[in-house]
Amino acid sequence: MSATPVWAQVAYLVAAVCFILALKGLSSPRTARAGNLVGAFGAVLACVVVFLYAGLDHVVAILVAIVLGTAVGAVGARRVQMTQMPQLVALFNGVGGGAAALVALLELGDTIGTRPAAFTLAATAFTILVGSVSFAGSLVTFAKLQELMTSRPVVFPGLPVVFGLSIAAALVLSVLTVTGPALWIGVVLALVGLLLGVLLVLPVGGADVPIVISLLNAFTGLTVAAGGYVLGNAVLLVAGTLVGASGTFLTKLMAAAMGRSVVNILFGALKGGSTLGAGVASDRPVRSAHPEDVAILLGYAHKVIIVPGYGLAVAQAQHTLRELVDELTERGIAVDYAIHPVAGRMPGHMNVLLAEAQVPYEQLVEMDDINSQFKQTDVVLVVGANDVVNPAAKTTPGAPIYGMPILNADEAQQIVFLKRSMRPGFAGIENELLFDPKTTLLFGDAKDSLGKLLSAVKGL
Amino acid sequence: MSEPVVWLTIFVLSVFVGVEVISKVSSTLHTPLMSGANAIHGIILLGAILVTGYATTTAQLVVGLVAVVLATVNMVGGFVVTDRMLQMFTRKRPAPEKVKQ
Repeated sequence: MSATPVWAQVAYLVAAVCFILALKGLSSPRTARAGNLVGAFGAVLACVVVFLYAGLDHVVAILVAIVLGTAVGAVGARRVQMTQMPQLVALFNGVGGGAAALVALLELGDTIGTRPAAFTLAATAFTILVGSVSFAGSLVTFAKLQELMTSRPVVFPGLPVVFGLSIAAALVLSVLTVTGPALWIGVVLALVGLLLGVLLVLPVGGADVPIVISLLNAFTGLTVAAGGYVLGNAVLLVAGTLVGASGTFLTKLMAAAMGRSVVNILFGALKGGSTLGAGVASDRPVRSAHPEDVAILLGYAHKVIIVPGYGLAVAQAQHTLRELVDELTERGIAVDYAIHPVAGRMPGHMNVLLAEAQVPYEQLVEMDDINSQFKQTDVVLVVGANDVVNPAAKTTPGAPIYGMPILNADEAQQIVFLKRSMRPGFAGIENELLFDPKTTLLFGDAKDSLGKLLSAVKGL
Repeated sequence: MSEPVVWLTIFVLSVFVGVEVISKVSSTLHTPLMSGANAIHGIILLGAILVTGYATTTAQLVVGLVAVVLATVNMVGGFVVTDRMLQMFTRKRPAPEKVKQ
């Protein structure tokens, strides 16, 4: 490989600075979009520069591959529904990890004859292993979120043993890569990595999957960083490390928002006993009502809090909900949206979904700020949410969501659930609040129900 | 400094920068931030281009091209989807925004 000329190294430095500015910008709503564009600029710059100095062969084939990848990536990103955003991010993350593993395998095959330094070989092994873990793990998270497979934890007897053996195998193969590098060792290491990725994500319950996406994102970052060391490329090292470090930190923030530790999320199901609720509809009696009854509750309230959940987005009912809220506000009723940090399928997901429906930013109130207000609230309208208001998080030790901070909807005067059926939420736990005497249920598709509520409120 | 130590220095400093720049992010932006960071590690495309450009056998070329496609999907898709998300935050923003923290 030819040495990198100074001007190219400077260009790489500029790209690395762009990535830092991108992350910095993404941390604040006002600068986020510009930040993302700066990051994209840095990435394009770095990729153009490499063609100018490196004296590459197969340029046409590479360009065709880039065009193909761009088409797939851009079309996927443009077409996806906002509700399916989490699984798309998981998929993009997975292919990035896969690409890093392939790069390291090629580099291993290429440099075996030249006796690379032990540290370089160790970084190569790391890239192959963790890249494969990230690839396979992300595909399983994709399958879980897309509901191609059950979103409940999958645990089989002996899983911890298989997991332990796989880790041992991965360590042995990594050591072998350093002591006596051979391409076949790298390939086997990649296969073990794929197995580890699957085993890592299978036992994770649906509600925790977003945290795992974030963790795998950090993994891919570190993989890219190690790949940068192997290739002797500083921009890969810096970019990968930035993502690895910020991703790890972000994962911790997200886990803290759910009152969980990352270890507990990953391995909680292996300890067993956390599968409360059968995941089927309960036949205990509940109080259901007609839209007209609920409209009266809402129309004569002073203060209403909306708790939106993923079901709202699935029904594409955000716009109808906003119209209802506008109508209530016009009647002089104080209405706020209570946003749980993990409402939706990813932290912050609900904010994106409501922003799409042009709900003003000021009406979205974060959990810590609104929880004290439920006591003075006449009606809480829960639309397509379940786990985030489930009191089991406070009262039932051993429930999968125990310890997760929830919205104190149970403290309000009246609670109204808009639900499609009595099926439990994503976490698969029955919600005691549904059977509370203060609770009224309005069954039906969220969009349909909200439309009926809207016309009923208008008719008051 | 010997060369591995130079790389180690870059690595350690990058860790601190990575944590520092996002330490004050509001939970509202967790999703776009994750997605944006995801796009940034698509820079592995650069590595994929390099190894593919030096490929000497057909097998290497094929594997390298697969890596290029995958990395491009990661990078381009990641930036586009993040932009789409953020577009929704900035569109039709009324009056001075209320930013937490």
